[in-house]
Amino acid sequence: MSQKQDEENPAEETGEEKQDTQEKEGILPERAEEAKLKAKYPSLGQKPGGSDFLMKRLQKGVSLISYPLLLESKGILGMKSIEQKYFDSGDYNMAKAKMKNKQLPSTGPDKNLVTGDHIPTPQDLPQRKSSLVTSKLAG
Amino acid sequence: KLRHHSITTVTLLPDIISTVEFNHTGELLATGDKGGRVVIFQREQESKNQIHRRGEYNVYSTFQSHEPEFDYLKSLEIEEKINKIRWLPQQNAAYFLLSTNDKTVKLWKVSERDKRPEGYNLKDEEGRLRDPATITTLRVPVLRPMDLMVEATPRRVFANAHTYHINSISVNSDYETYMSADDLRINLWNFEITNQSFNIVDIKPANMEELTEVITAAEFHPHHCNTFVYSSSKGTIRLCDMRASALCDRHTKFFEEPEDPSNRSFFSEIISSISDVKFSHSGRYIMTRDYLTVKVWDLNMENRPIETYQVHDYLRSKLCSLYENDCIFDKFECVWNGSDSVIMTGSYNNFFRMFDRNTKRDVTLEASRENSKPRAILKPRKVCVGGKRRKDEISVDSLDFSKKILHTAWHPSENIIAVAATNNLYIFQDKVN
Repeated sequence: MSQKQDEENPAEETGEEKQDTQEKEGILPERAEEAKLKAKYPSLGQKPGGSDFLMKRLQKGVSLISYPLLLESKGILGMKSIEQKYFDSGDYNMAKAKMKNKQLPSTGPDKNLVTGDHIPTPQDLPQRKSSLVTSKLAG
Repeated sequence: KLRHHSITTVTLLPDIISTVEFNHTGELLATGDKGGRVVIFQREQESKNQIHRRGEYNVYSTFQSHEPEFDYLKSLEIEEKINKIRWLPQQNAAYFLLSTNDKTVKLWKVSERDKRPEGYNLKDEEGRLRDPATITTLRVPVLRPMDLMVEATPRRVFANAHTYHINSISVNSDYETYMSADDLRINLWNFEITNQSFNIVDIKPANMEELTEVITAAEFHPHHCNTFVYSSSKGTIRLCDMRASALCDRHTKFFEEPEDPSNRSFFSEIISSISDVKFSHSGRYIMTRDYLTVKVWDLNMENRPIETYQVHDYLRSKLCSLYENDCIFDKFECVWNGSDSVIMTGSYNNFFRMFDRNTKRDVTLEASRENSKPRAILKPRKVCVGGKRRKDEISVDSLDFSKKILHTAWHPSENIIAVAATNNLYIFQDKVN
């Protein structure tokens, strides 16, 4: 980190160097925070928010940008990540079924549906899911 | 004039709201949620009996737009969360909107049905064909009124065009095309054609190791159908002109604010990442939102923004923990009011901020059930940065970072705003005197 001015005052506890007085207040918090982070995760790369982070973002099935309500696990570099990889579609479906505790999906449309003996009309066919017209859900 | 709006509606939706958008007249307000559902609100017509009540927004239609899918090739789940909704201008009795998740854009038609044909000559009441021998008279079906039914039907599905996650969609002013943008590419679509799209921007490097920035948002110019902008994770905006070349990899204008290199820290690039870019209604300015500020840029000046507004600068001293809990990656949106005189964006603790560009005054308001009554005037909030905390102020350490307002919308012409706070949709309207 190259600095424009090197004042004679001794460095702060966090090891930062002082800047022009006007910008002092703005910079110190950010640098202090950076030092805090590096103290916690020494293996953190030098590249600020660089390609490591971007690559992770692109490769994920679920976005790296997480919602607090989703499950998280600390990945490498101390970054939280959501990795929902499945071995194959069967694995995926098993996971889904376990989550919802559902039985195997039904084999097809209702067997009682009359077909074949007359030309079906719109009224005969299964109702298309129409949108719900509901009143305000909460006052 | 910045007025302190009063609340007219708080609606609890079944899932976390992920996008909010008024249509071009402001009559309809659409929300998309994490479960792939779209809920559309419609403004009540003002009735003569209730002159004191401005039209309130009631639920008009609810439908499931996207379902979770499985990418067999990558063994990954595709979320059904609706990332963006954009309305098409109304051209007939039906309403059309685009909704998108990470991979697929859909065009939905929302139409009303309030009549049904009755009295068929050849069919009986159940719709079965009658024996022709029993038919002795001619009868023409008539349309009879029925209870209003609002139907949403998917008219087009634009799929399989994005390798990476779609972050933006934008309808072009020609009303014939629209674009969809993911992390590395932008595609141009014609509404009528679903099996082809033109790739107009591709920033994927030949060697992925050289990747340094991604596309974060994109939007068409409101009037010039050849012009669009896209923002990046490095805090830059590129304006492209589709007349210049088919592939707009080379920008026409490049907007970047120079950074003092001595200010650089580990967080600099992350907090400079632009989470939203919006053209002003006039088309003369663009507004960008990065983690701590909102900036207004004049299209005629590329080297720096003309205005910079601090949203929550006090977070600078919290960047370490905000990085650890991923909040530093939160993508806040920003909006213009109808006259481009006020801009609004969200923050944490269910706060949202408004900045009046003319008077340079700003206000912090809170979207919370506890603090608001249906007809009350919203009280401005204040965050105490240090030193003595006044009675009504909140200290930075007390802020709830799980209560974030990422999505807001402003009515195209009136002072009505929609604010999404997790599952709650707040609609604030100016108090009528």
